[in-house]
Amino acid sequence: MSNPLFSVRNLHKSYGTGETRFDALKGVDLDIYEGDSLAIVGKSGSGKSTLMHLLALLDRPSEGEIQLQGKETSTLKGRQLNAIRNSTFGFVFQQFFLSPRESVLENVVLPLKIAGVSSREQKVRGMNVLEQLELADKAKNKATNLSGGQKQRSVIARALINNPSVIFADEPTGNLDSATGAKVEDILFDLNKRQGITLVVVTHDEELAARCSRRIYISDGEIVRTEEVAA
Amino acid sequence: MRFSSIAGQSAKNAFRSKSRTTLTVIAIFIGAFTLTITSGIGTGINRYIDSTIASIGAEDVLTVTKISTTDVEVADGPQEYSPDQLQAETMRPGPGQGSVTVESMTQADFDILQSLDHVLMVEPVKAVTVNFIEGPSEVPYIVQLGAFVEGMQLTLAEGEQLNDASSTYEVAIAESYLDALGFSSAAEAIGKSVDFGFDDAEGNAQIVSAQVVAVTQPGFGPGADNAVPNAALKDALFAAESPSTLSPGEQEFSTATLWFDVENMTTEQIDELQAEIEAAGYNSTSTADQLGTFTAVIDAIIMVLNAFAIIALIAAGFGIVNTLFMSVQERTREIGLMKAMGLASGRVFLLFSMEAVVIGLLGSLIGVGVGMGIGSVVSNVLSRTVFSDLAGLQLVAFDLTSVLTVIVIVVSIAFVAGAFPAIKAARKDPIESLRYE
Repeated sequence: MSNPLFSVRNLHKSYGTGETRFDALKGVDLDIYEGDSLAIVGKSGSGKSTLMHLLALLDRPSEGEIQLQGKETSTLKGRQLNAIRNSTFGFVFQQFFLSPRESVLENVVLPLKIAGVSSREQKVRGMNVLEQLELADKAKNKATNLSGGQKQRSVIARALINNPSVIFADEPTGNLDSATGAKVEDILFDLNKRQGITLVVVTHDEELAARCSRRIYISDGEIVRTEEVAA
Repeated sequence: MRFSSIAGQSAKNAFRSKSRTTLTVIAIFIGAFTLTITSGIGTGINRYIDSTIASIGAEDVLTVTKISTTDVEVADGPQEYSPDQLQAETMRPGPGQGSVTVESMTQADFDILQSLDHVLMVEPVKAVTVNFIEGPSEVPYIVQLGAFVEGMQLTLAEGEQLNDASSTYEVAIAESYLDALGFSSAAEAIGKSVDFGFDDAEGNAQIVSAQVVAVTQPGFGPGADNAVPNAALKDALFAAESPSTLSPGEQEFSTATLWFDVENMTTEQIDELQAEIEAAGYNSTSTADQLGTFTAVIDAIIMVLNAFAIIALIAAGFGIVNTLFMSVQERTREIGLMKAMGLASGRVFLLFSMEAVVIGLLGSLIGVGVGMGIGSVVSNVLSRTVFSDLAGLQLVAFDLTSVLTVIVIVVSIAFVAGAFPAIKAARKDPIESLRYE
């Protein structure tokens, strides 16, 4: 097997000090390989979101190390972290986080805008990705006028626009009815299979987790069980 | 993120909450409007003073008198007579006009002054008086002759500046004499001849004719309520009025005009020259001395007015702080998302501070625009009514520098005000922000 994309060793994260100290993660070891689809499953407060935030380099661990593509991440400076998050990661959130008054296209090209890509290229790449997700006809609509499924497809389009190697999805179907949710799941797993994009899904939904090739169960800041299913 | 797209986004964000932004812009507008008007008044008055300075005296000229050895103090009550003293009326116009007691100067004094460094030329001021002026109406009127030295610019209503090099007898007459002398308009007077009546050294009444080359406007200058002769006319009058028994070296004068090498001198050197003249026993007055206190008072008043405008702007600045704090609060999740997607904190700061700059720029442009419009209209009305006696005075005037300064000041205040909320936004933790419901 190739080198892991993420290599996590003895990961600790605690908040506060003294009596108010709360240990969200208590020594997590984990390898994620390119093309994996990993489900991080756990109840709320189990530490699953903390783990995702650390993997996505949104937060720094209290102890332990995270290697990304063989490189230690704790030594990276803010600018390098920003660049990695912008170009390597894609984010899909339960609450969408679309700017309601801006058009779908404007929402989708946000990562390109942040990266400083020319507005012409933003438009071309934005329309390409919207076409891929069958949203091209909604490009000029305001985000607020979309249905839930369309909103989540827009969010996936936004996550895809920088051709990321990893997509972090935090309860991607949490706000959708089961039929729409299933469609969004299809899109995500299709991207995983066809384009080889690594998928890291945080969920407490067993059905969604079951579709992933690997599942880790987290409880009280520790991995309690790992399931691997030959995809 | 590119600066241009940040600026565009900030402008867009500023109008997300239209009513809130509009109210803040109005607050800025009031401050900018006030500052425009007050600085406009400053510009207007100073421009008027500057234009009259040119008619009061040239920049490279000092007016020199000899300090009386018997009584150096300026006359303040009755003074004892000394045969050497001349009672001279000062040429100083405007505030502080009065009489000082000075000692007479002769060619020997001029030689002393001439020997000082940087002095180009010393000429006695030839005090000449005429009894009357008479025009086509053939009615004589009492008139004073104004002093004119090379380099002065009379405030003209019509005609050209006097030519001191010309051998023709030229005169500039005040606008207020036109009717009396029998001219229907300023233009009609130009090129016409007027007569001056005077007494020669023997006491015989004489008449001399001079050509009107200019009509002057009322103001501070020597042309205010006088007739101003050119060098040829003045010399002729002086020669006729002086006792012929005196040789040129014995003639006595109360005042001399001293030209110095202004182009090659620093302000300090001019001060030194004045100190040297003082040390030699003479008193000197420059144009700046004559107007110094006057402009200082006006500058102080304008400064107080500007301070009020700045206070209004600071109040408006708090409006910006408030608006942007609300904006940051509302957009917490958006900020978190953009930071998660790799937007640097510095750019977040810029995004919000630029929003403040947009509000400030908008308020200042409208404020300055409306201020200039209303200021010009009011000033035109005033100069036709209240200030009609002070020709050339535009109470509110604008120049590019002061208008740009107002805009820069307002935008700077907006930027500083916007900095506090912008720092708050830049410091937001993306995880906390995304959790925010």
